[in-house]
Amino acid sequence: MTSAQLFHRAGAPGDVLIRSAHVLDPRAGIDTPQDVLVRDGAIAQLGAPGALEAPAGAEVLDGEGRHLFPGFVDPHVHLRVPGQEHKEDLDSGTRAAAAGGFVAVVAMPNTSPTVDSAPVLRALVEQARREARVPVGFMASVTRGLEGEALTEMAELRDAGALGFTDDGKPVHRAAILRKALQYQRLCGGVIALHEEDPSLSGIGVMHEGEVSARLGLAGIPSISESTMIARDAAIAGYEEGRIHVQHLSARESVLAVAEARSRGVQITCEASPHHLTLTDEAILERLDTRLKMNPPLRTEEDRQALIQGLRDGTVDCIATDHAPHAREEKEVPFEQAPMGTTGLETAFAAVYTDLVAPGVLPLALVVEKLSAGAALLDLPVPRIAVGEPADLCLIDLEAQWEVGEAGYESRSENNCFAGRTLSGRVLVTIAAGAVVYRERAFALSAA
Amino acid sequence: MRHLLSMEDLDRVAIERILDRARSFTEVSEREVKKVPALRGRRVLNLFYEASTRTRSSFELAAKSLSADVINFATSGSAVEKGESLKDTVQTLSAYQPDLIVIRSPHVGAPHLVAGWTTASVVNAGDGKHEHPTQALLDVYTLRERLGSLDGLSIWIVGDVLHSRVARSCIQAFTKLGARVTVCGPPTLIPRGIEALGCDVAYDLDRLPEADVVYALRMQHERMTESFVPSLREYAAVFQIDGRRLGPRQLLMHPGPVNRGVELAAEVIDSPQALIGQQVAAGVVVRMAVLYECLAGRDARAPQPSMTPQPA
Repeated sequence: MTSAQLFHRAGAPGDVLIRSAHVLDPRAGIDTPQDVLVRDGAIAQLGAPGALEAPAGAEVLDGEGRHLFPGFVDPHVHLRVPGQEHKEDLDSGTRAAAAGGFVAVVAMPNTSPTVDSAPVLRALVEQARREARVPVGFMASVTRGLEGEALTEMAELRDAGALGFTDDGKPVHRAAILRKALQYQRLCGGVIALHEEDPSLSGIGVMHEGEVSARLGLAGIPSISESTMIARDAAIAGYEEGRIHVQHLSARESVLAVAEARSRGVQITCEASPHHLTLTDEAILERLDTRLKMNPPLRTEEDRQALIQGLRDGTVDCIATDHAPHAREEKEVPFEQAPMGTTGLETAFAAVYTDLVAPGVLPLALVVEKLSAGAALLDLPVPRIAVGEPADLCLIDLEAQWEVGEAGYESRSENNCFAGRTLSGRVLVTIAAGAVVYRERAFALSAA
Repeated sequence: MRHLLSMEDLDRVAIERILDRARSFTEVSEREVKKVPALRGRRVLNLFYEASTRTRSSFELAAKSLSADVINFATSGSAVEKGESLKDTVQTLSAYQPDLIVIRSPHVGAPHLVAGWTTASVVNAGDGKHEHPTQALLDVYTLRERLGSLDGLSIWIVGDVLHSRVARSCIQAFTKLGARVTVCGPPTLIPRGIEALGCDVAYDLDRLPEADVVYALRMQHERMTESFVPSLREYAAVFQIDGRRLGPRQLLMHPGPVNRGVELAAEVIDSPQALIGQQVAAGVVVRMAVLYECLAGRDARAPQPSMTPQPA
């Protein structure tokens, strides 16, 4: 994907003919087998299956029986650069993105140092131009050092390329600071994305507060720690006529709070993660696995159903992974000591497809749309399969089954909450900003 | 039985087998030479990440009474203080070829992790606020010795259930042996969802007379500073088990150590209804039975699959 606010090491745009894949782009209104020709980084031609000629030197991909979607866009990932390269770096993180069918990702600023000043951001942008395999956008922090006290130089950060602002990992605890950030938004634009949690309610919690935490004796994070902050922040955004995006919704009460705010005209959007859409806290009872520890936590079946319904009725705008890599030794400790987070880029589509689309809970078209809808929320172009559009595509075999982690990960970290599960839906090829950025090994061999 | 990690691992039959075995060991303590050779040559490692007097000493005594060799690994002054991870400590100590590791940890699930990292049997001597299965076993042993059976008993567990691993194990053990359990305490100290363990919940002592057994929990002083209760004085006024509240036919239990004048009044601690001393005495025979169940008949240490992912 190309935009003045996305940065990557541009690959050579190759000519690619994808033959006879089932093309599904709900926004473009396509849902039929087609030939798709990519030339010079753009979609050059669409045609009936078998109708298009491959130009000399073009790579031909057999799409028969496979699906071609607009590439996915993840508005919420942690690439850990700068400062935590032992967990992930721009190369490994964007390789993971490409392997998951993502054509653009947006990195969070809770790094070390925090992305809270233009020099830090400019250095990061330069690094992305050298190392990132798929286009990366950057969020800057709302407050300096994520300390919740002083606003960052938001206008200068926007000029340096910040897509928006977030203190993700932490809430903007003080209402007055959020209010000032929303006032500043009128000057500099950029969405303010919010990790909603009231620390006085979440306390030392390590998982959802409920029957499972009661059984395990683990300190709980109540659903209201999220929903009360959403209600508060929506009220502030409404008052200031600002625009907020709620990150990683996890609770039923939160879906209600977003819907209620929107019905009052508040400019509020929100996202849900594949893990919150497919797993519940019961999984922690089955195995006290630190890969299932994330913030916000996995909640109950009722919460999960509310998120699914939110996707259906439009309350939940997009799917975002909150890809949060952690090194093995950091996660290989007792549950209470482990850091929060699961990786998600490589499993996002397959997890949602296996648990929600294949059993008929959600239509494929809706999931495909929600996996790239995050782009629009951050004012980025949304990938589209239409002649003349930049080539941002992923070719997926819905039937192909694979065991998560069995062949390792592209990510530097292996803390994936679906590890060991057999999922359906394998990404075969990803084309981002006109270049092939990922080829599944077995598919690449058979294509050669 | 390979490990004892949680009361969830034991059904009624398994619990009763351990209790019967424990009773058969009572005779050992009455001998002049208080030792049988049942576990001669076996190595038992006590790995305690939290302070403990009675649990650690009773495990040590239990192992020695069965002629096992015991190593006590204290975490203060050890590599743990230099930042060694649990995994590395366990793998290092595993080089001494222990047959069984007794672990107490401030962290939920630590014994389960240890079981994945060693070929030894693992016994949970308390993991965070999760479970303390040998305490629950010695409690049901004490009750069974006194009453013959727990079937149909009403047992009230009173106090800080939220922070109590003893409560979580006891609720399961008591209900598995046929008792009905009610947990009672201030609503701030009763975890939301605890009914999932199969108990009833009460927030005052009005119905306490229906209890056959009152099991009081330790009320820690720091709970007051964390605003779980406004004051220990008020807590004692509402929830203390004293001579007025404890009926003449009710039995009283407590896992120790007792805060005299907080959860229990002195007159009930010293009353004949109190089984607190019997509970402590049961600790040794019940832990002998647990060690025996885990180790007897097990010769070779078979490797077992790791709980953790293999490197990619």
